[in-house]
Amino acid sequence: MVEAMVEFYQTPLGRVVLDFSFCLILLVVLLLSIAFLLVADRKIWAAVQLRRGPNVVGPFGLLQSFADFLKFVFKEVIIPAGANKGVFFLAPLISVTLASGAWAVIPVSATWVIADINVGVMYLFAISSLGVYGIIMGGWASNSKYPFLGALRSAAQMVSYEVSIGFILITVLLLVGSLNLTDIVNAQQNIWFAIPLFPMFIMFFISALAETNRPPFDLPEAESELVAGYQVEYSSTGYLLFMLAEYMNIVLMCAMTTILFLGGWLPPFEFLGFIPGVFWFVLKVCMVFFMFAMVKAMVPRYRYDQLMRLGWKVFLPLSLLFVVLVGGVVTIWPDLIWADVPAAM
Amino acid sequence: MSFVAIAFYVFASIAIAGGLLVISSRNPVHSVLFLILTFFSTAGLFVLLGAEFLAMLLVVVYVGAVAVLFLFVVMMLDVDFVEMRQGMMQNLPAGATVGVILLFELLLAFGARSAEGAKSLEEIAVGQVSNTRALGNLIYDDYFLMFQTAGMILLVAMIGAIVLTLYHRPGIKRQNIAAQVARTRDEAVELVDVKPGQGI
Repeated sequence: MVEAMVEFYQTPLGRVVLDFSFCLILLVVLLLSIAFLLVADRKIWAAVQLRRGPNVVGPFGLLQSFADFLKFVFKEVIIPAGANKGVFFLAPLISVTLASGAWAVIPVSATWVIADINVGVMYLFAISSLGVYGIIMGGWASNSKYPFLGALRSAAQMVSYEVSIGFILITVLLLVGSLNLTDIVNAQQNIWFAIPLFPMFIMFFISALAETNRPPFDLPEAESELVAGYQVEYSSTGYLLFMLAEYMNIVLMCAMTTILFLGGWLPPFEFLGFIPGVFWFVLKVCMVFFMFAMVKAMVPRYRYDQLMRLGWKVFLPLSLLFVVLVGGVVTIWPDLIWADVPAAM
Repeated sequence: MSFVAIAFYVFASIAIAGGLLVISSRNPVHSVLFLILTFFSTAGLFVLLGAEFLAMLLVVVYVGAVAVLFLFVVMMLDVDFVEMRQGMMQNLPAGATVGVILLFELLLAFGARSAEGAKSLEEIAVGQVSNTRALGNLIYDDYFLMFQTAGMILLVAMIGAIVLTLYHRPGIKRQNIAAQVARTRDEAVELVDVKPGQGI
């Protein structure tokens, strides 16, 4: 029986079935963890402001997200009269599809990855650069002023910070010599890149905040100026999907920070190697998410021109400088490329 | 029919259908969205060819950056597309001529290549060299000078565009953050003892 199953999973059809079920498992785990991370986000935010936060549904309010989910799903779908219907419904779907699609290449542990492709970093970069379409389309299709302004802001912001994220990725890639995410983690056996590339780590964190429209860079939905930005006209499931995509992107950025700078699934000390890698990965992602939540609670919102100044006049030159610097160091001491990339590859 | 062949026909037909819809859809924003669909399925074709790096590059550059700017412009400008559509028959001969010339040039280029045998990505990528590395070798070793020249031309074009459009409005107030941060209490605040009935 077992042998027959193993044999089936080696046929083309079997591999498709296997991949499909892996994707399903990942998606379910991801959605469940987002439900709890959302509660954690609100709880941390509340704790900083000396409030209790959600505490009614379930023990300690743990089931609040599920209650919210049900509430959103059962609300009436309202479509603005002048809306472009097709694009209006496509926008949240695109957001969610892209946000969850990016997870296919994230290595959760040394062997746990759905698609171990050679250009993993490029894939992530490409997918995150597509994320802007959901917002732009939503803002435009609503046929209303505030969503449109929010969408324009958001597009400009995401495109700006992508540039510096690209350069920060290049500094990491220069030290690794490969675009494969598993190789990137393996290259950090000796030292996590957060230490030699500490300024890049900080800049990546801040750029990730801007890229995911998190406070203090949540200008696309700045409620004091734009009501709720591109989401104004969305109700019920449409809004839910946007929200879901936002949090999926946030967790994805946490995972990317972990993989690029904090050694992915590697334990912090050698003697802790007996604990499985998944544990370390999840722990680090949660830690980075905690920092995201704390920033949201503590830092006031940026003004739009300050945001643009930070992206183009501070981060872009600095990251460019570091690309040159790291490139020079790697050229002078080629031994610094830590990955065990075979010469033939 | 193998799985790859099915995937090829799916991507190719989506790309062609998308291309047709770009020029035939009434709403310009829909046109741009179909253009994005076309780019995306072309990236899929690249992946099928084994050029995954080029595919990702296509998505990052064209879909992630160029098409966003297109979308911006189309959404912001209030172009009268009904009027433009009426001019379509007038412009058809010119467009068709350009298309035929381009097709002829492409055929010429491919014909010359298969006759002479220029260095292709496949030849470089013999053995276990990953195709990102092969592309890097090709661009930065074999054709270094041409690649850098192309880069310089793009830089000049960019600077030219900025010089042509940059316009400094006189009398605009700008924030000097360094000057603001460098202010001290002594120069910013002055305590004045105001006598009653006198003012300052």
